[in-house]
Amino acid sequence: MAERSFAKEVQQLKIGAGEEFRGEGILAITKALLQCGVGYVVGYQGAPISHLMDVLADAQDILGDLGVHFEASASEAAAAAALAASVHYPIRGAATWKSTVGTNVASDALANLSSGGVTGGALIIVGEDYGEGSSIMQERSHSFAMKSQIWLLDPKPNLEAIVKAVEDGFALSEATNTPVMLEVRIRSCHVHGRFIAKDNQRPPMSVADALESPRRDTQRIVLPPASFLHEQEKIKKRWPAAIDFIKTHKLNEMVGPKRGKVGIVLQGGMYNGVIRALQRLGLADLYGTSMVPLYILNVTYPLVDDEFLEFCEDKDAVLVVEEGQPDHLEQAFGHMLHKAGASTRLHGKGYLPMAGEYSGQVMLDGLSGFLRDHAPALLSAKIRLPNAPVAPPDVSHLAQVVPMRPPGFCTGCPERPIFSAMKLVEQELGVHHVAADIGCHLFSIMPPFNIGATTMGYGLGPASASAFNMPAKKRSIAIMGDGGFWHNGLASGIGNAVFNKNDGVILVVDNYYSAATGGQDILSSRANNRTRSTKHPITDAVKGVGVNWVRHIDRTYDVQKMRDTLREALTTDEKGPKVIVASSECMLNKQRREKPLTAKAIHDGKRVVKPRFGVDEDVCTGDHACIRLSGCPSLSVKQLDDPLRDDPVASIDQSCVGCGNCGEVADAAVLCPSFYRADVINNPNRLDRFLAKLRQKVIGFLQKRRDVKSLRFIKAGTA
Amino acid sequence: MNMQPARQNQIIKLAILAVGGQGGGVVSDWIVHLAEENGWYAQATSVPGVAQRTGATIYYIEMVPDRGRTPILALMPSPGDVDIVIAAELMEAGRAMMRGLVTPERTTLIASSHRAFAVSEKMVPGNGIADGAAVIETARKTARRFVAADLEAIAQRNGSVISASLFGALAAASVLPFPRASFEATIQSGGKGIKASLRAFHDAFDAASAPVAAAAPPERASVEIKGPPALLGRYQTLEARIDDEMPADSRDMAKRGLAKVVEFQDMAYGEEYLGRLVKIAALDHDLGGDGKGRALTREAAKYLANAMAYDDVIRVARIKTERQRFERVRDEVHVRDEQILKLTEFMHPRMEEVCGMLPTRLGRYIESRPGLFKALDRMVNRGRHVRTDGIFWYTVLYALSGLRRFRRRLLRHEVEQMHLARWLGEAERVARRNYGLGVEVLRCRRLIKGYSDTHARGLSRYDKVLSALPLLEGREDGAQWLRRLREAALKDENGTALDGALKTVASL
Repeated sequence: MAERSFAKEVQQLKIGAGEEFRGEGILAITKALLQCGVGYVVGYQGAPISHLMDVLADAQDILGDLGVHFEASASEAAAAAALAASVHYPIRGAATWKSTVGTNVASDALANLSSGGVTGGALIIVGEDYGEGSSIMQERSHSFAMKSQIWLLDPKPNLEAIVKAVEDGFALSEATNTPVMLEVRIRSCHVHGRFIAKDNQRPPMSVADALESPRRDTQRIVLPPASFLHEQEKIKKRWPAAIDFIKTHKLNEMVGPKRGKVGIVLQGGMYNGVIRALQRLGLADLYGTSMVPLYILNVTYPLVDDEFLEFCEDKDAVLVVEEGQPDHLEQAFGHMLHKAGASTRLHGKGYLPMAGEYSGQVMLDGLSGFLRDHAPALLSAKIRLPNAPVAPPDVSHLAQVVPMRPPGFCTGCPERPIFSAMKLVEQELGVHHVAADIGCHLFSIMPPFNIGATTMGYGLGPASASAFNMPAKKRSIAIMGDGGFWHNGLASGIGNAVFNKNDGVILVVDNYYSAATGGQDILSSRANNRTRSTKHPITDAVKGVGVNWVRHIDRTYDVQKMRDTLREALTTDEKGPKVIVASSECMLNKQRREKPLTAKAIHDGKRVVKPRFGVDEDVCTGDHACIRLSGCPSLSVKQLDDPLRDDPVASIDQSCVGCGNCGEVADAAVLCPSFYRADVINNPNRLDRFLAKLRQKVIGFLQKRRDVKSLRFIKAGTA
Repeated sequence: MNMQPARQNQIIKLAILAVGGQGGGVVSDWIVHLAEENGWYAQATSVPGVAQRTGATIYYIEMVPDRGRTPILALMPSPGDVDIVIAAELMEAGRAMMRGLVTPERTTLIASSHRAFAVSEKMVPGNGIADGAAVIETARKTARRFVAADLEAIAQRNGSVISASLFGALAAASVLPFPRASFEATIQSGGKGIKASLRAFHDAFDAASAPVAAAAPPERASVEIKGPPALLGRYQTLEARIDDEMPADSRDMAKRGLAKVVEFQDMAYGEEYLGRLVKIAALDHDLGGDGKGRALTREAAKYLANAMAYDDVIRVARIKTERQRFERVRDEVHVRDEQILKLTEFMHPRMEEVCGMLPTRLGRYIESRPGLFKALDRMVNRGRHVRTDGIFWYTVLYALSGLRRFRRRLLRHEVEQMHLARWLGEAERVARRNYGLGVEVLRCRRLIKGYSDTHARGLSRYDKVLSALPLLEGREDGAQWLRRLREAALKDENGTALDGALKTVASL
């Protein structure tokens, strides 16, 4: 049911030693896991690691043959907890999610896991959603690694390095009885590259083997007195073991000239950005040969004191390239230099900004500033003392012209009519406090709807309205998606509202699967899934935890019903939470699935009715009230070439999928009679043709009757 | 084919800016495939995330000749360091320039000149469309080379999607050191709709090879008039009157206005329109309008026609049942001969509209009895999905449109006439004292549009704007202020901008 089929990519998972793998970074990780003999993979979908989950879901057969268990977990916390299988058993396990949001959710299990430690390699692959295009708060996963003492790998952003990091990660984890976090940024997840593959490995011990011969060791369970021992063990045993492993296996790299007055210390993930800046400064070649000494941290936690101090030994100044804040690395390095009494000047944040993504320009400015001050001799005269810089062309006036283009609901999205209805209710009953959640429905906060006041986390919409629980003239409205509902919202939102006798309204948006992350199945999915149990209605779950007022709208496009139900929920005398479940399938996925089927049916001569909407431009007056209640990409405007008209009229383009929202809204909001639905019957049957002929006869007669009596004004372009 | 020498040691850097859902990823995949097939090493990245849901997205590719070693390439474009920018929509080209990705020294900018309007442009009650010409003009100055064509239209014409025509334009720009045949082979190498894609590719190749045409305003569509000879003859007499009695620079507008009102009602109504217009033209002359571009006459020709041809049920019923309308719909929806079209209209009449269709006294009688009005409204006020391709509803609408004969005796007409008289009278009165302001009063008619609540809101906005007249009549800059008020009224639905502007006027 996923948004994309990965049938082609799955084939690449099978390739053997010596063959070349080409594709996305995140798929390379998937292949690397199998090469490492992983015993189980768990995770929760979300950009940028959704593809990892989707490929494995499509690769069930291969996984089955290898004896690997794959599970789409209920949440990141569930995924992290599943790593418990590596606590007592020498089984390699991997968990993956979007970070830092997923790591936030997982941190309880992660803290317990890293306290007791692991026997089998435990790898946590976090897709770092930081910088441009990110949909979440800007934070670092690094802090989580530090607080729980999980080793953190930050490989260079190319497929070879990422694949090697997976291998190193498992080995490091096993050598130190510590879980390892592998951090991949959004661009390296999506980077297209290549590496030479190895054969897939069967796990030496499978989870089935473990089930059949269970083991336990009280020492690994987090309970006093073991928990106190764990803390000691972390420092006295696991830490030195990690330092030793990193040094012996040379996980960090020192490249460039052996000696030099200056050097750059960088996170592995920053490597390409640093090299590009050096290339532009004339200090590195195409293949990364650098004229400045570089200390590349493929492991950013723990840091190896001797390696760093050795790198600094002959240097006057060192620049730390560390993206994000707080500046954990720089602080640690400063501490090391200070304790060692070294005279090397440490720089980092200052030449580079404390906050924000290290884009190409930021990196160039930071590095050239540092080198100009500390190693001007390295720079060519042109860069050191540039002529008056050529002013970039002034395009500032475009800021007044080019409109913002934030993401929004797709054409035909079933969530649009829900918010159209909310807008209509708002017109009747006034503005309400609306608690939003994570998911596509959060686009409601943007124009044209402008609905939603806060978003506190996945599935936490209703919980974030829980304080609004006092007698008042208005009720709160909380929204969450089906994904958030099953993630934790059933307990934290619905259960919480029942228990605390909250009178508010909770709207669950059900689009048949986890749509925002790419269409992965969840409990309430309506699809048949060979390997999962689906079709568990949300309404049953809601009633099961004690909600009395439950309404199910099985076609969100029914704007009137949606509006009336919302109005009832906001005004009824019934006590306790009012839960509305609004269901219709995600149109993006539905179209992807059905479009080819429809085309084939038409091609095969079957009778197929295809709906589309349109606007009568002579009826439309160009007020755009319909657009303010919709925002659909296919409902646009066009300027008529009629000098009598000032404002552009509404117009529906070819991308319309005929969802019906336009007509429903025009009707429910009593807007105007401009909209029409055109149902085109492909391969009409005999009855269709007979009726059409008859109708055409009558209508044609009436039209002719009128035409002979009055003038007709035919605009060019129309027939 | 004219090809630039391959820059052997250099990295070619290419950014694609698109709107989520346009298929920027397909172009990106094609370019990687193309480079690899030609023995180049290519690296592509993107940050799709949520932006793929209709937001602005960016894809980035770097490529170098493959020498067996892995080159170190960047993962994002840097300002001033991009060779080729492909913008899949005009404003995205603007965004690329704002990000500094387009520089005169090196960047070839390939853009589709079509517009996919942003929500902020579409939702404005007036005209919120951004100035595309400004982007094109800036692109000419900012890019080393600017290649533009309506690649969306080309794709649609060929039953394909914009990725194919973007790829064609890229090939035509000859900025990648790969032959055209290799581009075509890439398209042929897989995927759906190969034939359509190739057609779009070829057309785009040709279109992008031509120099970028200046954005010429589209030709004004002419109106062809058909009908019984007797009526045509009378109509031509009216047109001749325009030529005789109206100043030359208002004739075109007056003729269009005449067509609109005659189409709305009948020949006599056209005469009424002309009569009023000729009087205004005379007043214009008296007020020295000849030295002021005769704005009063021209604007009256336009807005008087709009005011007289108001949007009532009869007009809507007529438009919905016209032969041309059926043909236009078939055209818009691309209905082929062997297919059958069903048409459903979304009507939601209220008692207000029904009263408007009743004889004046009866309508007024019902309107003045709230209880009766409400009871009747309960029967009427309902969304009706009406099949106009069916005999029953077509006949109903046809009959409604036939009420045109009685229109002058109906309540709505009287209401409209009264409003029109007040508006026109006000404009004439003000124009006598302050010519420019009078013209602006005429233009305020633009505020009244829409149906039901929207119409009511428009009327109240109109009243609100004109409420400032007493403050403005004595001011030399009164016209500018009224224009500002009107523009503010068209900015947002809630009237926030208008209230602000009114406060400013009050403080003058």
